Parts: sequence; C-alpha cells; structure tokens
Amino acid sequence: MAIELKMPALSPTMEEGTLAKWLVKEGDTVASGDIMAEIETDKATMEFEAVDEGVIAKILVAEGTDAVKVGTVIAIIAEEGEDAANLSAPAASSAPVPDEGGTADATPVEAPADAGRAPNPESAAPDPSDSGTHTLVAAVEQTKIADPEVPAGTEMVKTTVREALRDAMAEEMRADDRIFVMGEEVAQYQGAYKVTQGLLDEFGDKRVIDTPITEYGFAGVGTGAAMGGLKPIIEFMTFNFAMQAIDHIINSAAKTNYMSGGQMRCPIVFRGPNGAAARVGAQHSQNYAPWYASVPGLIVIAPYSAADAKGLLKAAIRSQDPVVFLENELLYGQSFDVPAIDDYVLPIGKARIVREGSDVTIVTYSIGVAVAMDAAGKLAAEGIEAEVIDLRTLRPLDKQTVLASLAKTNRIVCVEEGWPTCSISAEIAAIAMEEGFDDLDAPVLRVTNVDVPMPYAANLEKAALLKADDVVKAVKTVCYR
Amino acid sequence: MAKAVQPRGEEAEAPPATPNRERPQQPVRFEATKEQLLEFYRQMVLIRRFEEKAGQLYGLGLIGGFCHLYIGQEAVAVGLQSALEVGKDSVITGYRDHGHMLAYGIDPKIIMAELTGRAAGISKGKGGSMHMFSVEHKFYGGHGIVGAQVSLGAGLGFGHKYKGDGGLCLAYFGDGAANQGQVYEAFNMAELWKLPVIFVIENNQYAMGTSVNRASAEDQLYLRGESFRIPGIQVDGMDVLAVRGAAETAIEWTRSGKGPILLELKTYRYRGHSMSDPAKYRSRDEVQSMRDKSDPIDAVKRELEAIGVTEDEMKAIDKDIKTIVANAADFAEQSPEPDLSELHTDVLVETY
Repeated sequence: MAIELKMPALSPTMEEGTLAKWLVKEGDTVASGDIMAEIETDKATMEFEAVDEGVIAKILVAEGTDAVKVGTVIAIIAEEGEDAANLSAPAASSAPVPDEGGTADATPVEAPADAGRAPNPESAAPDPSDSGTHTLVAAVEQTKIADPEVPAGTEMVKTTVREALRDAMAEEMRADDRIFVMGEEVAQYQGAYKVTQGLLDEFGDKRVIDTPITEYGFAGVGTGAAMGGLKPIIEFMTFNFAMQAIDHIINSAAKTNYMSGGQMRCPIVFRGPNGAAARVGAQHSQNYAPWYASVPGLIVIAPYSAADAKGLLKAAIRSQDPVVFLENELLYGQSFDVPAIDDYVLPIGKARIVREGSDVTIVTYSIGVAVAMDAAGKLAAEGIEAEVIDLRTLRPLDKQTVLASLAKTNRIVCVEEGWPTCSISAEIAAIAMEEGFDDLDAPVLRVTNVDVPMPYAANLEKAALLKADDVVKAVKTVCYR
Repeated sequence: MAKAVQPRGEEAEAPPATPNRERPQQPVRFEATKEQLLEFYRQMVLIRRFEEKAGQLYGLGLIGGFCHLYIGQEAVAVGLQSALEVGKDSVITGYRDHGHMLAYGIDPKIIMAELTGRAAGISKGKGGSMHMFSVEHKFYGGHGIVGAQVSLGAGLGFGHKYKGDGGLCLAYFGDGAANQGQVYEAFNMAELWKLPVIFVIENNQYAMGTSVNRASAEDQLYLRGESFRIPGIQVDGMDVLAVRGAAETAIEWTRSGKGPILLELKTYRYRGHSMSDPAKYRSRDEVQSMRDKSDPIDAVKRELEAIGVTEDEMKAIDKDIKTIVANAADFAEQSPEPDLSELHTDVLVETY
C-alpha cells in the first residue's frame, strides 16, 4: 500500500504553507527520521521528516509552491515490494489554491489521476477548513469604509497584522531611546509568533531582551523600569500567561498615578495575543478584554485590522499611561491595507464605523469584526443594512459613537469572541440602557462564545465559538423579522 | 538513594572550602564621625517620635485603615540610606514605609498629612500610609502587595543600568515577603543581567503573626540568593554602625557592576504588625527584653556618650525632633481633606 505524504500542520494556526525545498527526489529511499523537505509557515521554516520507510515514488507538489493547504498530498512513498513507477497520484484532500499574488511559475499540483478510488482512510479526521477558528479567519475581510483619518488617495500597502505591529514598535523605538521590548523569545528567537522579527538585529540586545519564563517577575521588572522613567513594551507570549502577572498590571501599573496623586507615571505597554487560537484548549483560549477593561487606570486596546494595529500600537507606546494591548493570534497572518503615511498614529479611545447601515448597530472588536462583517454581508442579501462598529479601544470606551449609531438604528447586537458573562457586550448593553434607553426599539442582544471553558475536540470547539449565523439570527430578532 | 562510595584509607585530606566565585568582603562596622553619629541619632529619633505620634493619631481616629509602624527597626533605614545618594539612587519598599521616607529626607509634614488623608499629603491624600512616593527623591513607594516591590525594584535597577546613570536601587522587603515566588523571579533576572540592586530583607522575625521559623524552611534568609549566585550577608539590624558598614560593602559591590547583593538585617518591631494587631503570638517579655537589651537608639546613645557627647546635646536634638513631629501632626490635623473633585483626577495622565 502506497503511503501518502500530506502537507503537515506545523502550528496550531497553520492552514497553508510554502513547500520551500525538497531534500529528496523521486527514486530515493527514505527511512524514518530522514529529512525530506523544508516547509515555511508564516512563522518559521520547519523540517519535515519521514515517518515511514520506502522509496519516493512521486513528488506531487514542486518545491517553491506557495499556499499549499494543510492536508494536500505532496508526495507518495512506495513501500517495500511495491513498484514505485506504477503508483498513481490519489485525489488530494484539498487542492492548493494558486496564490493571487502571481506565483504562476510554481508548478501546480498534478490533477487527480484516478478520481474513482476508495475514500481516504483518514477522511474521518476533522477537516481543518471546517474548524471554528478557521471559520473566524475565513470571515476576515477588509473593512468596507476607508478610515476617515486617512486622506483620500493615500497609497496603501498590503501588510499583515504581524508586520504592522513590528513596524509600529520599530518606528517608535527609532524615535525614542527609552523604549525597549522585553519578553519570552522576543529577541534571538524573533518572537514566539514572530511579531518582534528583526528588532534584535536593528536595536541590539540592550533594547530587545529575552527573559526567562517568569511572567510575574518580568512584568514587575518592566513596571519598575517604567516607574523609573523608561518606556517598556512587555510582550506576553499569550495573555493567558499574563494571569501570572496580572497583579503587576493592575496593582502596580494601573494604580500608580492615582495612588501617588499624579506624581508617579507608569508608561508601559503590555502586549501579546489574546482570545481563542486554534485547537489549543481551555488554558490557551481566553479573551481577557473584559478583565482589563474593568480596571480604572488602564488603557485597553484590541485592534482588528493591520492599520489599526499599527496606528494604535504607536499611540499606546507614546501614551504616558499603562496600556494593555490585546492582539489576536488568528489575525497575525491576515493582510490589510495600511496607509503609507509617515508616522501613522491613531487616537486612543475612538471607535470606528467599519460599515454604515441604518437598520441595526452591531458593536464588536478584535476578531469579532470579521464575524460581524460576514453577518452584515449575509444580512444585506436579505435587505437588512447593519452598521458595524469596531470599538478598537475598550477602555476608555467610545460611548458617543455607539449611542449615536443607536439613535440612528434603534437596535444593538453585541458581537464578541469571548464569554458572555460580565463581558464588553454586557457593558454595551448597560450603556444602551442607561444612556440610550429612549432610542431602543428592542432589547440589546449579545452574541458571544458559549459560556464554557474552550473544548479541544474540533466539533465542540466550533460549537463553542462565535458564529456569523448566530449574529444573523440575533439581528433578525431585534429587527422583528 | 545511592551515594558515591569513597575507598577507605585513600581519602585525600579535604581541601578547605573555597568559594567558586568572587564574594564581597565581610563588612566592617562603620567608623562614624561625631557629626555622622549625631545625624544617625537625629534621624532615628525622628522616625521613632514620628511613628509614636502616628500611633497616637491612629488611636484618635485621625489615621484610618492600615498603619504599619517602624518602631524598633530605625537603624535599618538610617544605616542603609545614609550611604545612598538621594536623587541618584532609588529606594523602594513595602507598606511599612514611613521610616524609609523620613530616612530619605522627605518632609515629615507631608508624610503625616498623607497618613491623615489630607490634600497636602504627599499623594494628595489618595495613597495613604501604604502608598507614598517621591519621584524627586527617587523614592518609589510604598507598595501594598507583599513582594511586589522586589520585582519593581529589579526594574528600577534595570532602569539605572539602561540609562547608565550610575545609580542603584535599594529594594526592601520583609521576612514574610521572602517566601513570595516573584522574589526569586526577580533574583534570577537581577543576577542574570547584573542589575545594580541591593536586596534588603528586614527580618523583624514575624510575618504578621507567623514567626520566621514557622514559615521558612531555610530560616537563614541571607542564604536565599545563593542559588542565584547572589551573595548574601547577615547583619545586626539593631546596630546602625553595623548596618552602615554593610551598606558600604553592598554599595561597593553593586556600583562596581558585580550585580545584586542580598542583605539580611536582623531586626525587631516593637509594635504589632499593624495598629489592629493585638500581637498575641509573642510574649510581652520578649518585646520588653528586646527594648531593654537591643534598642537601636539606646545603642547610638551609648556610642555618643563614649565619644563625649553630653546628655544636653542629645536632649537638644530630642527637643528639636519633638517640635518637628508636633508641627507635622498639627499640619496633618489642620490641613483640609482633598476637594471632592480630586476623586476623578489622576486616574489617567492623558485625556483620550
């Protein structure tokens, strides 16, 4: 029985990658442990090892091919006794999509040779394209309305959120020697999620500092350095680990200015990925936005697009106040237009209307924007025009934008990739009650993750996560349709 | 468990234990001039009288909440901080912070006014006993979470090194805080990065009501840095000259770029953990015996007498201090409370 080699998933969020190099050729004999290929993800180049023994019968995806989907059959190995020449390529479980960017020279996958063959014995495995987080990412799209702060005709550059965050840090570090970056794997490893890529080379190890695995300690060291007059950027590998450090974020950083009667500053940025990633289970999938947003003395920012990530991180670094900057791992690799403007800084505390509409207001932030926009598209097809507000800053919250939209649409649905209880959505509902009651024609509804720890099983995870269809349902409810 | 077996009769004579790395010199007791000794006396009496007055004001209801007095521990703050340069070297401590502020030359009036929660207090009345700061003096608080100041102090030391300003950070914590995990996270980074930090354990024998022996597997707390290669020195914290001598050694070590050092100051607090502590965990005799035999102010008095300072000279200082403390208390009682509008100020620095 021939063995199919499939494009491996090399990280929890990897959905596709580049087959950078084959280290074997057809006819070569491989043994378990031999390195057969190099595969580039958006984060790293990984070596792909053989697990089985045999002869490479066919290479189905040529080296240099971009955007090879996880699960695509990339080669066939003939086992002992099989004639490598007689094996034919099977149906790929999912064919790679040619990259729009024009990699026309990459050799496409061979067409399936025998379409009628037996189903893949592994077909019972969950299809990665059907996962809950895949659905979230699939919903990512460009925000529909150009940022009013950007002059018309400004040149735009396609940039990933990951690059935008890095650019923001690099630009600010060039301008101010007091700024340094500290965290686990931020320097030599170039960032666990490659957000700090290149910073060590440019700024050296005085300003880009690898720490031991010691969140409470380095959060405290950063906070103390800020009190002493520096401007630290503290990266948490994920905000799940910041639970070990939340004492310094809240008790030491957030309260300092007040407790000292305005005498002692604490200009620090705590940043890192927040919210659900893909299939990483309960302890690595949580949205801490409501926790931090409940604390006076903190600024809390949770951007969606790359442009907002850049403009708001620059503003956060410049702020004299402590900032919790919540990124999203699923968005790191997503590309958006970023204005090619020198020193693109956005105001903290301003929401953004990313889609105008007159029938309902959908209030959301971070990856929830993608889900809301997906739902808005579906609703438009049914004649309901939703206005989508990306809060961007969660503390201080831009109530005015929310209330003005409510006055126009008379309905609010909150969309949040997180738990419902004591959520940002709950806060929006309270604000609508307290300050916009007369404008409400329907109760405020919340569409969120399910109120359970994040399960691991693919189907359960999908069931637990925020879904556009639920947003559509909620909107129809408040529109009495 | 298997042990390496040494063949009998072939044992080489054990070489004397030599440290595998450089260690600081054993400190020598400080030789103070008459003026220095008088100044130590003055500062220690100021702290004691100030704290006694604070206790009194607490009893009168003028000071609320938690109030942790420093009585008995005066030699520590005075001995250590007299060796620092105010405005260059930073100091950070926990919530038992009044003495450290006074020892850094901060005006007793604005400290007392903070204790009474008045607008003229150093934190505008918004911090209280546990949360006082003077950025001008490089006194960074005043922290209420046990052990937090150790990581923060490592960060202040990081800042000194980053800026190359030649300063160091003196980070105080107690025997109770010495069991907090983040202390060791901070130790590790401080030594790894050779940060200019003097870690000071004020071992006053009791973490609230729990004695060191009931809480610490290794009760010789000066050894707590050894596994991070931070040298530790145990010091008689009731002898201001021994403390100052240890400060000299620690400062020399730290300023020369050798990284952090740990001092354990054996001291004693006469009062309860806070004003509301009935201190049932120790006997009256124990406290009285400490007062009689080891009082740090009495010890300085004896030093002064030995070099011929008269009773009258000391009384003149006492009188002076009495006036300062009385004025501070009057000021703290008479100053107005913060305006209600202050409730909403200083939450954030900027407006958004």
